[in-house]
Amino acid sequence: MKLGFLVDLNLCMGCKGCEIACKVENEVPLSSWRLRVKYVDVGVFPETKRTFTPLRCNHCENAPCERICPVSALHYIDNGIVNIDNERCIGCAGCVMACPYGAIYIDPETNTADKCTYCAHRIAGGLMPSCVVACPVEANIFGDLDDKESHISKYIMQARGNVQVRKPEKNTHPKHFYTGGGNQQLNPLAAEREEGYSLFNNITKLETVGAH
Amino acid sequence: MVEHAIDATKAVVTLDVALPGIVWGWIITMNMWAKSIGTGILFVGFYLLKKYPEQAEWIRLPITLITIVFISIFLFFTVIDLHQMFRFWHIFAHPHWTSSITIGAWIATIYNGLIFAMAYAVLIKKDNALFDKLMGVAVVVAIPLTLYTAGLMAQSTARELWQMPTEMAQMILAATLSGSATMLLIGGRLPYEAKRDLAVILGLSALAAFLLYMGEYFLGSQKAEEVAVVLEYVKGDGEYATMFWLGQTFAFIVPMVLTYLSIQNRSTGLLTLASVSAIAGLWVSKHVWLVIPQLLPMS
Repeated sequence: MKLGFLVDLNLCMGCKGCEIACKVENEVPLSSWRLRVKYVDVGVFPETKRTFTPLRCNHCENAPCERICPVSALHYIDNGIVNIDNERCIGCAGCVMACPYGAIYIDPETNTADKCTYCAHRIAGGLMPSCVVACPVEANIFGDLDDKESHISKYIMQARGNVQVRKPEKNTHPKHFYTGGGNQQLNPLAAEREEGYSLFNNITKLETVGAH
Repeated sequence: MVEHAIDATKAVVTLDVALPGIVWGWIITMNMWAKSIGTGILFVGFYLLKKYPEQAEWIRLPITLITIVFISIFLFFTVIDLHQMFRFWHIFAHPHWTSSITIGAWIATIYNGLIFAMAYAVLIKKDNALFDKLMGVAVVVAIPLTLYTAGLMAQSTARELWQMPTEMAQMILAATLSGSATMLLIGGRLPYEAKRDLAVILGLSALAAFLLYMGEYFLGSQKAEEVAVVLEYVKGDGEYATMFWLGQTFAFIVPMVLTYLSIQNRSTGLLTLASVSAIAGLWVSKHVWLVIPQLLPMS
């Protein structure tokens, strides 16, 4: 079994329902996100379009975070999920530095690394990840990539030629796919970050223990 | 970048609560800086004891003490940088050998054992032969200890500014630079020839490190967009441009010039200034190089 995600960006409407569901399900503290939706405005007025891109851990098959973790707190489980053991984590932040997707953070309450686990605890109980359940337009598609009859496998097959992963050149082999997206959505360097243009400009960050 | 190409591809991020940027800050800079001195002093001390066995005999105790002090500083800052510092022992109980952090922790432990054994040999047993044997082993262990941070930086995928071969060279050069500078500061009793050798090591280390930085500065942007974006932070009005050039000036340019003048004039007076400049500047140059790749948006 190899669990994976596909986000159909044609369907996503940026409601952030997935983000909130994730926060509630996993008790993600203030100022931290396991899953967040990025808005990118493309084009020049009046020919503009706002795009929405949910970003979460890519559960790479060749995960840099797993490789750099000195204590195996980040580890693979049998279904392909890159899971994290908060009790073992020493908070060195090596994984935060190694992740090319910026998907890992130091939890200000536990002072350990944390990230999306594809809701591994829900999957173990036969449930879907909370973000999948919350999505009103079924833009989040989750399932077994090894099973050719699974919804996600069929979806990827139908959208073939238009399925992308983020930063494929990093050789991480992500198991998180996107369809319907453009370079501006998936490549962080393909969109400008102008001061004053962000809808949230002043985010209060909770302090963590240790580090600087 | 592509967003500037044509109107249709212009793109502005209007909502993204990016995760905190600088994760490894000045504490890690202290870690790298102290480690450079803690291994570098042993490299140059080993050289001096081989080349000037009689005139440099007295350095055994001071270099051991300096190594112990700076490796202790290195370990202290390593541990306090952890968000869960009291779980440090997990590295030994649950080692994950693909991680440079694990490798570094174990090598540092071995190195620590060796330098304390050296202290025992020179302070209590007063056995120079034993000291020299232990020092030979310690010098070999000091090489991977110096280099493991380069491996760690290389494992930071997408921080393309940090490439393993360049960072390895920079780590070794930082050790020889700071080691020779520290030895010059404490080596007042060394003969002129030994000081001249140390000045040559200091000057050449500064030159080589400076060339590597300049290679990245001027040509790095040609290999990857990520590197080009990161280098903008130290170019022009970049927020780290002043700090970058202060680091380059004090760590490399000033020591190069002063060691050259010193050797030309057969005078050692300028070497103290060159050494202080190199040690202080090294901290600044390391810090800038550590921080700027972390400013790059990953998402």
